[in-house]
Amino acid sequence: MSRMGTRLAALAALFVTVAACGGSSAPTVATDVGITSDSILLGNTIAQSGPAASYGTIANAENAYFTYINNQGGINGRKIKFKVLDDGYNPAQTVPLTKQLVEQDQVFAMFSGLGTQAQVSVRDYLNAQKVPQLFVATGATTFGLDFSQHPYTIGWLPAYQGEAHIYAKDVIQNHPTAKIGVLYQNDDYGQDILKGLIDGLGSSSTLIVDKESFDVTATSVASQLAKLKGAGADTVFVFATPSFAIKSLATITALGWSPHIYLNGVSNAQVFMGIAAKNGAKFDGAITVAYLKDPTDPQWANDDGMKLYKTVIANCTTCNVLDGNNIYGVAAAFTMVDVLKQAGSNMTRANVMKIASSQLNETNNPFLLPGIVVKTTSTDHFPIMQQQLATYSAGGWHLQGSLIDERGTIK
Amino acid sequence: MLKRIFQAPPRYWLVLVAVVFFVGLPTVVTSFQSGEWAEVMIFAVVIMGLNILVGYSGQISLGHGAFMALGAYTTAILIHRYQLNYLATIPIAGLVTGLVGFLLGFPALRLSALYLALATFALAVVTPSLIKRPEQLTGGVQGILLLPPDPPQLAKDMFAAVTGTPMTSDQWIYYVSFACALVLFWLAWNLIRHRPGRALRAIRDGEVAAAASGINIAGYKTLAFGISAFYAGVAGSLYGLVIGYVSPDTFPASLSFQLLAGAVIGGLASISGPLLGGIFTFWLPIVSSQFVAGQDWIPAQISSVFKNAGPAVSYGALLILIMIFAPNGVSGLILSTYTRLRRRLRGAGEPGSGQMPPDHQTVESPAT
Amino acid sequence: MQELLQQVLSGIASGGIYASLALALVLIYNAMGLVNFAQGEMAMFATFLAFTLIDHGLNYWVALPLTLLLAFAAGVLIQRVVIRPVERAPILTLVIVTLGLATLFNGLAGFLFGYVPRSFPSPFSVLTVNLAGAFVSYRDLGVMGVSAVVLVLIYLLLQRTTVGLALRAAAHHPDASRLLGVRVSWMLALGWGLASAAGAVSGIMVAPILLLDPNMMQTVIIYAFAAAVLGGIESPLGAVVGGVIVGVTVNLAGAYVPGVGGDLQLAVAFAIIVAVLVLKPNGLFGHAAVRRV
Repeated sequence: MSRMGTRLAALAALFVTVAACGGSSAPTVATDVGITSDSILLGNTIAQSGPAASYGTIANAENAYFTYINNQGGINGRKIKFKVLDDGYNPAQTVPLTKQLVEQDQVFAMFSGLGTQAQVSVRDYLNAQKVPQLFVATGATTFGLDFSQHPYTIGWLPAYQGEAHIYAKDVIQNHPTAKIGVLYQNDDYGQDILKGLIDGLGSSSTLIVDKESFDVTATSVASQLAKLKGAGADTVFVFATPSFAIKSLATITALGWSPHIYLNGVSNAQVFMGIAAKNGAKFDGAITVAYLKDPTDPQWANDDGMKLYKTVIANCTTCNVLDGNNIYGVAAAFTMVDVLKQAGSNMTRANVMKIASSQLNETNNPFLLPGIVVKTTSTDHFPIMQQQLATYSAGGWHLQGSLIDERGTIK
Repeated sequence: MLKRIFQAPPRYWLVLVAVVFFVGLPTVVTSFQSGEWAEVMIFAVVIMGLNILVGYSGQISLGHGAFMALGAYTTAILIHRYQLNYLATIPIAGLVTGLVGFLLGFPALRLSALYLALATFALAVVTPSLIKRPEQLTGGVQGILLLPPDPPQLAKDMFAAVTGTPMTSDQWIYYVSFACALVLFWLAWNLIRHRPGRALRAIRDGEVAAAASGINIAGYKTLAFGISAFYAGVAGSLYGLVIGYVSPDTFPASLSFQLLAGAVIGGLASISGPLLGGIFTFWLPIVSSQFVAGQDWIPAQISSVFKNAGPAVSYGALLILIMIFAPNGVSGLILSTYTRLRRRLRGAGEPGSGQMPPDHQTVESPAT
Repeated sequence: MQELLQQVLSGIASGGIYASLALALVLIYNAMGLVNFAQGEMAMFATFLAFTLIDHGLNYWVALPLTLLLAFAAGVLIQRVVIRPVERAPILTLVIVTLGLATLFNGLAGFLFGYVPRSFPSPFSVLTVNLAGAFVSYRDLGVMGVSAVVLVLIYLLLQRTTVGLALRAAAHHPDASRLLGVRVSWMLALGWGLASAAGAVSGIMVAPILLLDPNMMQTVIIYAFAAAVLGGIESPLGAVVGGVIVGVTVNLAGAYVPGVGGDLQLAVAFAIIVAVLVLKPNGLFGHAAVRRV
């Protein structure tokens, strides 16, 4: 036996020597990693399993749009390759997977990574490597606000605080004597949008009579809503992800209560409203905001953008055409393609980052509400800051007034 | 002396080969792969701790992710708020977590194995929401970012002399994790081979008999909890450093189950088991979602199931299969195959073939 | 006052949900002295089965018994295929196998049905009853009523039938039972089948309230553990009383105890589990166990 051991040791020694002699080639430094004469490689991490897996379809929808563009001939002859990895919404997974995409797969840029904590966990790394972290799929304010420390990171969807500012304006203008109760999810999302509401109300924040939080592990929000009701609130803000938003709407009605409701945009898809209504929720007159065209809204039935969306999403066999997450993905992919087209022959990471973070002026995104401009300047790094209020009645959301621009209000 | 070395049992040579392999690894793989293997080392350490608790003392913990979280946050807070050197925080994190584990060992004494499993399961689920509360300390939902540690100049130069490129942060963290794993594995080995290990096994296999032979049951059981938590604390500290970020979502309940799964799949009550377990825990999700999907020879229907079902299905199925067909885990499987093979090669009649295999201190079910 | 009453009523309603799953846990415990960590996920999966049947056009009242039958068969099958090979192994092995089952069912459900929450039909109205200014919905009452019926059925089965006697005997004295001609292994299979069906009832009753998705039962199981442990884990009545106490305590602590707050409700359940296990391990209705050598 000992002889076999010696042999193994000799083998191991040989292995180490070979390794030492062979060495490893350092990653080649080039200004256009991930770009070849006929392809552009983009990377993405998103939750396709675990607690946030319902968002996973976004990456598939984005890929559907890239397929559509590739079938049209690509961007200046280059086809987009999109490598998506599942991080299960856990930053501990996001970090190694992102490093894999950057160092092994040699992606040109990261596009539309999902989750606030997940994207914060790789922001320093990507900036140190000067790899663009483009259009992250989170509205956390830090991604637009802290641009100067992180010039290789940019968000896309409207900042949560901006959304809350719009509600605050509506309260001050139309309901100056409201008694506000806030129900918010105790996570980065809920705390961010709550801060936006308090900031937006400013001196009127005394209107808030009670704030109640719930954890994502909760099975019911009845206790919190009963407290808000007991505190005498006549206006309720529901800052919750879809499942909890549906339960909140149903519970408010079940408590024999009919306050004025503000519902956050992440949960206002028609599918969810349908479930809430089936569960007995009555919320006519509820207010939300919108910036995307809702695929379930009949008013867009003959809209060119919606027709294009349906053509695009046919490239994805697993995507539900009515799922609002999918039109989100297609719209974000549109901006991504727009940036790459503008970069033209100067396809470097630095140039693409410069265009995305300070030279965007996209007026033709067909999946956004008419009039919304995806815009960045050298001093403003929140691409979408216009949204429109919508009121619920007769089984659907109805857009109200005109677009509200919150550009420059987040500090 | 030389003769003694050459006559050493094969497992010593295996250890040597493993050490040489892991020392040389970063010189052949890329920097980020070293980072991945650092996580393997870290999982191996926490699973070794779990192994001491579950495999040797017979207590169950489904909540070791919580201990890792405590270790990681200790390190993050000490670095972030008190500007302590990151290397100094590793043993502190281990000691703090070990102390907490030791104290938790007292109420755990009153619990049967089943109830202990239940209570620690609940702890694993409740951990992320507990982390969010002391916001001033833990950074709440924002978490705490840690700078990637810079390798010392000496290590940089030595690495450059071998490979031609200076050492990266990921490679340095790998070596730190590997060194910790080496020391902690060596400690565990000593612990298990000597008096405490024998006492723990005696308690595991029959508390009444152990008490009758004068073993301080409460003392050893709480000690096992403390040591196990110490390992998890060190691992958590390293985990925070290699990821560079700690936040509530970094320590989901599923982490605790993956650790236990790793311990069981690798093989309980063995020294090599935790290393195999660490490899499984880290690579299984990646293999099931990336590797299988990229293999052309696997039919598309099957590989798409692996990709879309996520790691949960692979974990669940593997756990059940291992428990039914190889309750001693992969290391037990390898050992028994090796013993059988050797017996076959030497011929059944040879003396010694009827002996118990060496180091076979695994959890055999009493009924078998 | 009205608010306090509402907190209590809502707590009782949640308690009904926890109790319904805890009853299934109690059944398995009675059958083989094991806590099934996969109970919640099995219930969720059975509910998806019912959802699929109804989605394919089956009437609710046809789909319901069919699902219960399927769940029963699946429970028996799981016991024969997965549990039987390890049923004499140490408790650790059994716990790990049930954890494996939980992970497997959760992942499979996500793969087969997706993660978007769905509405599930309920035979009970969405309307509410007004009790002195506090409200409770017919659906919540329905969950409680059905739990009560399941409780009575389990009680009758365990205490008043020979099958129940054999079931308990097989769990507590397997060797003696074998000598008396009880087919111990099949008794365990029966226990698993019944628990699986009871779990399915729970899933189908609570899915309209909790919304059906693969993670529906993931935290309910913790509350159900708390309920079962508080009530004394072998007592069906204890599970129901425990469920109600847990539901009310969690609500009141979250709403009125300073420093707790609604976001720490699960932590309150965790505290209940630990406190009961350390201070009164047999719960409210359990019998003191004698340690066997």
